[in-house]
Amino acid sequence: MTATGLVESKLDPRDATYSAVIPAGEPWMHEIRQGQYFRIVDLHGNQAVDTLFYNARDVSDRYSAQDTIRAQRNIYLTTGTRLMSTNGTVLLTIVADTCGRHDTLGGACANESNMVRYSLDKRHMHACRNSFLRAVIESGDMDKRDITSNINFFMNVPVTPEGKLTFEDGISEPGKYVEMRAETDVLALISNCPQLNNPCNAYNPTPVQVLIWNGQPN
Amino acid sequence: MSDPSVCWEEIVQAGAAWSHVLKRGTALRIFDLEGNANVGAVFYNFECPSERYNMPDTLKAQHIARLTKGFVLYSDMGRILCSITDDTTGWHDPIGGCSNAALVTEKYGESRYQDCRNDYHKNARDSFLMELGKWGLSPRDLVPNVNFFSRIDVGADGGMTYRAGNSEPGSFVELRAEMNVLTVVNTCQHPLDPNPNYEPKAVKLSIRRVAAPASDDACRLSRPENERGFTLTERYFL
Repeated sequence: MTATGLVESKLDPRDATYSAVIPAGEPWMHEIRQGQYFRIVDLHGNQAVDTLFYNARDVSDRYSAQDTIRAQRNIYLTTGTRLMSTNGTVLLTIVADTCGRHDTLGGACANESNMVRYSLDKRHMHACRNSFLRAVIESGDMDKRDITSNINFFMNVPVTPEGKLTFEDGISEPGKYVEMRAETDVLALISNCPQLNNPCNAYNPTPVQVLIWNGQPN
Repeated sequence: MSDPSVCWEEIVQAGAAWSHVLKRGTALRIFDLEGNANVGAVFYNFECPSERYNMPDTLKAQHIARLTKGFVLYSDMGRILCSITDDTTGWHDPIGGCSNAALVTEKYGESRYQDCRNDYHKNARDSFLMELGKWGLSPRDLVPNVNFFSRIDVGADGGMTYRAGNSEPGSFVELRAEMNVLTVVNTCQHPLDPNPNYEPKAVKLSIRRVAAPASDDACRLSRPENERGFTLTERYFL
């Protein structure tokens, strides 16, 4: 595995203006203002953090997996990646990453995709798209149409030369983090993944931490 | 038209857009007339368009980053919108996305209708949005698209490379509708096509009546996931 984007942050968690722990299986929605720094910490290792971003002023202008990977001509997200919107806005830039690689092709689990992937009797199991739906419906002015292809922070999903998509063992570990600078006001939506059918998280979904800083130290 | 199963045939001009509700029980063949065409496409359940083509669900259900005969296109609801029942190219791109106005202007220069009439430069995103608008759909409904006839290779480091010459003159792909599928396409160039000239290609469409997928259908049996996908799709119509 090549991990070229390994960069540590100078920001101190004690200086963060916001800190929260998101238990597995729960959504989290929060606005991040232009210039703020946003960190996600994989507290226990190999936890999938399914994440969507929106232009806070116009949620129809939203994170675009295809525009993001096309713009950098690489399917992996890491330090230096500019997270692009559908309208071509740079929403955030990844400025630090101690994991080295994040996925944006694997999408979010859903009751229905679990039935296809694993077994028809999996419908009842909690899934990311239910968490996404709960959050967008509670927001009042968003709905299912606003749920698009997401980022899976800390997940390793390589593509082979033959065009196969593979779900490899995680490369994250307890305490690894990814940090972004908001380039415009963005709305962040996370589903901390409850998937119990996929070995990528050792069948054990765990909490993650999110932190926000107002800026870099002088 | 000698083949009685063919309902009609139609040319989509270079850089043009097209949409149609492809009915269950029909199939759409797309012919690359000259070679090196690109057909951007998105798909919706016509009865409830918030159910739509889902790139990640399509890729991860079949463990693929390319599309060809035997694979299917999944909606976000675990159902199959279309099956790829025939293909002469072996690789269609599901990850490269679509061009937009800024990219097309930067790559090919400005070209507006006032000066160029119908040869003005089109881009895929605006083409999708205008065509979706005709069905009452909005930018919130546009999702990651497929690029038929194009190929993107991914290296060990994740690098994406456009593979020239993926599609020869006369190549075709056949999509069998498994639901009533709003199909929205355009023939704008692939966003990673390195050709510095604005040279989109026309394609021919042929819509024909086809039999319902049998119990031994190749797409159904290509993977256990797809058997379950067909079951969920068939239950939708019960």
